[in-house]
Amino acid sequence: MTAQLAIVLTAMLGGAIRVSTPFIFVALGETLTEKSGRINLGLEGTLVLGAMLGYATAYLTGSPWLGVLAGGGAGVLLGTLHGLLCSLPRVNDIAVGIAMMTLGTGLAFFFGKPFIQPEAPHLPSIPLADWTGDPALAVALRVNPLFFVGVAAALVMAWGFRNTRIGLVVRTTGDSAAAALAMGVSVNRVRTLATATGGFLAGIGGAFLSLYYPGSWNEGLSSGQGLMAVALVIFARWSPIRCVLAALLFGAAGAIGPALQSVGVTQGYYLFNAAPYILTLLVMVGSSGSKDALRAAPGELSITR
Amino acid sequence: MSPLPATATSAAAVRAVSVATQGMTKRFGGFTALDDVSIAVPAGGFHVLLGENGAGKSTLVKCMMGFYQPDAGTLVVDGTPVAVRNPRDARALGIGMVYQHFTLVPSLTGAENLVISRADAPAVINWGRERERLAAFMARMPFRVPLDRPVASLAAGEKQKLEILKLLYLDGRFLILDEPTSVLTPGEADEVLGLLRDMTRRGDLSVLMISHKFREVTAFADAVSVLRRGALVGGGRVADMTTDGMARLMIGDTPVREQAGRAPVAASRQTVLDLAGLVADDDAGRPAVDGVSLKVRAGEIVGIAGVSGNGQAALVEVLNGQRPLRDGRIFIHNEPFEPVRRDFDRFRVFGLPEEPLKNAAVPRMSVAENIAFRAFDKPPAAKFGWWMSPGPIRARAAALVERYKVKTASLDAPIATLSGGNVQRAILARELSGEVDVLVVANPCFGLDFASVAEIRAQIMEQRNRGAAVLLVSEDLDEILELADRVAVMSEGRIAYTAPVGDTDRTTIGRHMAGH
Ligand SMILES: Nc1ncnc2c1ncn2[C@@H]1O[C@H](COP(=O)(O)OP(=O)(O)OP(=O)(O)O)[C@@H](O)[C@H]1O
Ligand SMILES: [Mg+2]
Repeated sequence: MTAQLAIVLTAMLGGAIRVSTPFIFVALGETLTEKSGRINLGLEGTLVLGAMLGYATAYLTGSPWLGVLAGGGAGVLLGTLHGLLCSLPRVNDIAVGIAMMTLGTGLAFFFGKPFIQPEAPHLPSIPLADWTGDPALAVALRVNPLFFVGVAAALVMAWGFRNTRIGLVVRTTGDSAAAALAMGVSVNRVRTLATATGGFLAGIGGAFLSLYYPGSWNEGLSSGQGLMAVALVIFARWSPIRCVLAALLFGAAGAIGPALQSVGVTQGYYLFNAAPYILTLLVMVGSSGSKDALRAAPGELSITR
Repeated sequence: MSPLPATATSAAAVRAVSVATQGMTKRFGGFTALDDVSIAVPAGGFHVLLGENGAGKSTLVKCMMGFYQPDAGTLVVDGTPVAVRNPRDARALGIGMVYQHFTLVPSLTGAENLVISRADAPAVINWGRERERLAAFMARMPFRVPLDRPVASLAAGEKQKLEILKLLYLDGRFLILDEPTSVLTPGEADEVLGLLRDMTRRGDLSVLMISHKFREVTAFADAVSVLRRGALVGGGRVADMTTDGMARLMIGDTPVREQAGRAPVAASRQTVLDLAGLVADDDAGRPAVDGVSLKVRAGEIVGIAGVSGNGQAALVEVLNGQRPLRDGRIFIHNEPFEPVRRDFDRFRVFGLPEEPLKNAAVPRMSVAENIAFRAFDKPPAAKFGWWMSPGPIRARAAALVERYKVKTASLDAPIATLSGGNVQRAILARELSGEVDVLVVANPCFGLDFASVAEIRAQIMEQRNRGAAVLLVSEDLDEILELADRVAVMSEGRIAYTAPVGDTDRTTIGRHMAGH
């Protein structure tokens, strides 16, 4: 019994790291965008387009890392488009975000058809626990390198928001456009750049989906991770470090089903697979009533204003 | 470009700059807000800009700062005409401004706000070194503000001081202050202005200040310019002018409303508004109103005095229905009152909260629509309770705008484009135009010119004389002493002291305000 529990827990740990990686990237991208005062709901589309372009590039060039860059590039394009559209007077960022979501997935499905069949090279994994000789642990701790990149990005962002000029300017723009204007900062430019950079991160998250786990390109690849990441940002109260922790929590919830299956518990498999979505709902209900969340929210967001 | 240590500037060197406008003109659509205005502030001068609400004072200084582009006119700095396209250009010339609203970033700490506002803020901030430099800077500044807390948690007075510190930190040598003292207590205002005046005397700074308070003009300024309806109508050295002369320049020949008399009322008046043990929490869940019980009788003004931040704002929000009650009841004429629209109408409760643009208006809706809020669903504006006719709404708005002298480009202008004082008047017009049983007003004269102050105080007194129960929350003790029949002092969420206004004095009230 304890052995089984240990297996389930190691499988969940491995699953949490694997499943959380795209969440980390999308949530960090959304955090950056929202810190600058805009909401980009289009990251779901960015994720899918990043996955498709990343996969296609890796297949055509043979290099998964070029694929990751291409995925990020797709995000930069969509993010820049979102940022520029929202810079026009009286354009609403939520509406544009929904349009970008449809645009991203549409483009990906349109150009992605020829890449459903071929096999692209995968990203390598880093074996952290092979030396233990425990096969279950060895499998669980074959960690993808992007996870570390994501954690590093979170640390850099958290540090940057406090200790760099760019970080403070982004926070200023997100909290008080009037103050940013008085400082001579071009609010729209900062927001567009933040959205583009946020798109870059989300695009990398997409490339992870097609190049590592599940590790193929098809039209049902993303199951709403891009949207759930937005909920996650609120839950994490706009802190990059908390984004990673929250992503791990969501990842663990997503890993419950497969982990139980690995020890032969198949009952309620679909119910367990729904765990992340249920968690999203609970998080939204729980955090919408919380005054802490409201206080941490950037003052310029269209939902808090 | 950290400001040099004080010792490095020799006493003889004048760092202040002189600034002049020549023929500034600014139109908003067909409306001329500023008409050919030329003023000059010499280096080291302390110049005050006077004018009624809506005279164009803020517009003029915003043109100087590059916030607005003037349609005509030039800015001359130290004798040279300059082009100021945005606030950054102005800052490069040493011109800085404290706006009527705050421009600090609420979620950033004071230190972060200061460092990021610098044009040469380093790409990577070495906080150890910055803290040292900030400490050195603060050591030679006249006032202290905590720098390690988020600005959102500072009191209004501290924020205002930080705004001024920021400009000095940025090496501002020409300071524009738009009604800087409206959020300060008289003591704080004297402290801040006195220190700024000392700096102008030393030649470190020139100041251009917008103010409605003659007391500040005579105490601190050396010259004034007066605007009326966008045009410069006069000015000169303060020493050569009288308060009456300045007042006449501001309003022309329009007579100022006399102070309304206090009509005697029968002693047996009944209680109208009865607050019974009110408890309410602030946004963070801490008790802001902590057991307030108070009775207001018909034909009585009860003035609530207190240092800002002692629960007065929360109390007004409770009465307006903007903040839930945790405990306690409100009664009007001995019947329970819920702060909802139905009861506001039934008990004829009206009010003017502070910051009316935020608390009592929809900024992007038109003046006419905002004036109709209390009456849009009743005849004659509405038939059968749902069919609205714009005709009567506009007619009524036009009459009230006329009667209360609201200055607006048109009835259809969004109310947010009105000057601060005129928003106040538009809301008062809406609230005072009918039969009033209970009136709740908070700082009704914040930022108003003296003629409007007289007008609005007279209106409040008139409502009292007609038998309304008035609750007046004010940070201006003079206002309370002038209007109230009874004074209550609020301290830490409780009523610390009450007395009829005739049986008490400034010192006693001040002692209770300070919490003794
Ligand atoms: N952005 C704008 N659009 C249209 N009209 C405006 C705008 N800004 C100001 N006005 C109008 O210009 C006039 C002058 O406004 P301004 O804010 O300069 O007055 P003020 O002298 O500062 O008054 P107060 O003492 O009430 O602050 C007002 O009638 C106002 O309605
Ligand atoms: Mg003004």
